[in-house]
Amino acid sequence: MNFDPLNFDMGIYAVYIWPAYGVSVLVLGGITLWTLLAWRRAKARLAALEAGRETRQP
Amino acid sequence: MNFLFRYANPHHFMRLSGAVLPFTAIATLLCLGAGLYLGFSAPPDYQQGRTVLLMFIHVPAATMAMSVYGAITLCSLLSLVWRHPLSDTAARAAAPLGALFTVLGLITGSLWGKPMWGTYWVWDARLTSFLLLLFVYIGYMALWSAIEDEIRAARAAAILALVGAVNIPIIKFSVEWWSTLHQGESIVSGKMAPVFLAPLLLMMAGYAFLFGTLWMIRIRTAILERRARNLMQAGAR
Repeated sequence: MNFDPLNFDMGIYAVYIWPAYGVSVLVLGGITLWTLLAWRRAKARLAALEAGRETRQP
Repeated sequence: MNFLFRYANPHHFMRLSGAVLPFTAIATLLCLGAGLYLGFSAPPDYQQGRTVLLMFIHVPAATMAMSVYGAITLCSLLSLVWRHPLSDTAARAAAPLGALFTVLGLITGSLWGKPMWGTYWVWDARLTSFLLLLFVYIGYMALWSAIEDEIRAARAAAILALVGAVNIPIIKFSVEWWSTLHQGESIVSGKMAPVFLAPLLLMMAGYAFLFGTLWMIRIRTAILERRARNLMQAGAR
């Protein structure tokens, strides 16, 4: 009786609820993306350095 | 303690975290997915109406803001007292995540305050001490980047982290020690209906798993960056 699957009607509170969810998704999604990109960048850089070293010092 | 030191070796940490990461990532998605589904399906609260939905993102963010600071404090203690080799890296990697959770706690709280209290902000003990937490995070990160010598920077940052830790119990108990507009604790005391408690706990678990996942990736990134720096220095010689 109390369960109303995925009710997105926020009524008069929509102006507070949606921005709060929006900012949360933006910030958490943003830092996740940033973290993954930094990891990939660091991995690529180390691989390039290691490859360079191997060719210099066989 | 032995356990902590066994995985202090960066090589061991890389292996262990690499094995754990897929599971924490999946746990994050499952908890957040289930939490959001139950949250958006929950009935309006009898007093707050549908603004109860704000609880599902405000409480996890605020809780993580303080828990992450607790983790930084623990790492700083391990670094200062036992010279644990990875703890400085771990503490530094956690700080931006903690700062962002603090920002989210402030924004979502403010958007909850307006419809429920009639104001976005009051200088009550809980809100003020929580804002102070953001400044401590910013100071901590600034100190790390201000000192060039990494060992000295780590030492100074660890001391600052320990000093700033005084604020954590103040935030936690502010709602009991002073008369605040912010409400008191309602999870442990069992005052919340299960229909709200279940999504809240799932969202809290989701935020915690998200933090754990990102924290591990950030530590791994820092380890690779250090290896690259060492290679560059070795090459320059």
